Amino acid sequence: MPGSWRSARLVARRPENATARTLLLEAPSWPGHLPGQHVDVRLTAEDGYQAVRSYSLAAPADGGRIELGIEPALGGEVSPYLADTLPVGADVEVTGPLGGWFVWHPERRGPVLLMAGGAGIVPVIAMVRARREAGSTAPFHLLYSVRDPDRVWYQDELAAPDASLRVDTLYSRNAPPHTPRLPGRVRASDLPPPPPPPTSPPSGTAPAAPSDAAPGTVPSSGPPSSFPSREGKEADLGTQCYVCGPTGFVEHVGNLLVTAGYPPELIRTERFG
Amino acid sequence: MNTFSPGFQGRTHRFEGRLPPGQYPTEDFPVLSAGPTPNVPTDSWTFSVVTEDGTARDWNWEQMKALPQEEPEVDIHCVTRWSKFGTRWQGVPFDAFLDDVETAADFVMAESYGGYTTNLPLEDLQDGKAWLVHTYDGYPLSPEHGGPARLLVPHLYFWKSAKWVRRIRMMPDDDPGFWESVGYHNYGDPWREQRGWSD
Ligand SMILES: Cc1cc2nc3c(=O)[nH]c(=O)nc-3n(C[C@H](O)[C@H](O)[C@H](O)COP(=O)(O)OP(=O)(O)OC[C@H]3O[C@@H](n4cnc5c(N)ncnc54)[C@H](O)[C@@H]3O)c2cc1C
Repeated sequence: MPGSWRSARLVARRPENATARTLLLEAPSWPGHLPGQHVDVRLTAEDGYQAVRSYSLAAPADGGRIELGIEPALGGEVSPYLADTLPVGADVEVTGPLGGWFVWHPERRGPVLLMAGGAGIVPVIAMVRARREAGSTAPFHLLYSVRDPDRVWYQDELAAPDASLRVDTLYSRNAPPHTPRLPGRVRASDLPPPPPPPTSPPSGTAPAAPSDAAPGTVPSSGPPSSFPSREGKEADLGTQCYVCGPTGFVEHVGNLLVTAGYPPELIRTERFG
Repeated sequence: MNTFSPGFQGRTHRFEGRLPPGQYPTEDFPVLSAGPTPNVPTDSWTFSVVTEDGTARDWNWEQMKALPQEEPEVDIHCVTRWSKFGTRWQGVPFDAFLDDVETAADFVMAESYGGYTTNLPLEDLQDGKAWLVHTYDGYPLSPEHGGPARLLVPHLYFWKSAKWVRRIRMMPDDDPGFWESVGYHNYGDPWREQRGWSD
């Protein structure tokens, strides 16, 4: 019984900027989800042809109400249709929630570093919103890479003051006037310093990369690191990093983080294609 | 009458018979990984097959390159729903690593540099169904796609084709690997659409 599909009705569509759209869907008896998870959306043409793509959930569920954020890909089969053609009041099919790794658990108290590129902001804003909803005081720091000022999503929400949420917007092509940082892709100097290494490594933790290892190099002997193991105590206190966006962005930022000394086992990634 | 997604047309290319259910064809080569990409130099690379009693056979990069090589051209299917047709690889047929191995185990865990793991039935690596590949489309396999060497098990969803693989460990009893323990299907046959635990 591959994937159980349920119908979901488009109840509202709202522009986030010139191209990106927020879609609110009503999916009866939606079971709820964790921030960072996604759904698969299935479209069916008149002749029965079907196309499926993944879209991240942008907010905690509100009953059966789920929120997506769509950046239309030029010439894409599904995203331009969802962004601009699907009529309000019409149905699509969804299955999910999907993805059990790129998630933030609201009961986790440790600091979080979020790094989003372009539409990669969608699952990341879900974490920011879930944190607010849960009344969590976990310190959040968001580094948000966008091409131009008019490409920013969730502008007012991200600008709203919040003592334990820091947002740095990094423009890759054009910055607003008087921005001190030169536009460009994310650089090592944009990252906050990595957390200090633990004084006594808890048993079962990954061996830290030797300090003389080449940047991003994995030690070639020794047991595999604990990166895939479920969160333990040590993981609860270290800075958990979430990196999401186009593959090129995730590769680049993942390398920067590892080179800067962030433990690979605390970096979770989601690549959009 | 179709009641979903009015006005959706879809593309004209349909690839019937070659495209597993719920997949779409892509010309790109998207990347699925749970964490940052490990960087593994070939001069310190090793690959081992470890049996259930702990006996290990090891190959370094030169020894691996000296084994018989094949050039499989296969379709690959990622659980994130893209399929890519006619991908061209070069590598060692997996049977070459199993020739002298004495085991009664029915399952293996593929373990990777960076800590990634995935479990498979041993028979899915045998009889010409799997390779250890180091070359893609004529070029050394790039790190984000699993270089310097990855498994290639094209008849299963592509997460089973462990990137950066360093060791195959024989297991008498099956055990879930990384994605298998966070919601992905234990076996992952794309033609039966075995994506998640509930499939
Ligand atoms: C886990 C996950 C979560 C995701 N979350 C989001 C999200 O929250 N928001 C979001 O916007 N996206 C998200 N994505 C990406 C999304 O799933 C789609 O990949 C994206 O919307 C593009 O799909 P598409 O059908 O529009 O484009 P596709 O048809 O798949 O094409 C992709 C690109 O290739 C080009 N192309 C391919 N074939 C052709 C052709 N024959 N003719 C012309 N051009 C072609 C297109 O120009 C397009 O730019 C996510 C992906 C994953 C894996």
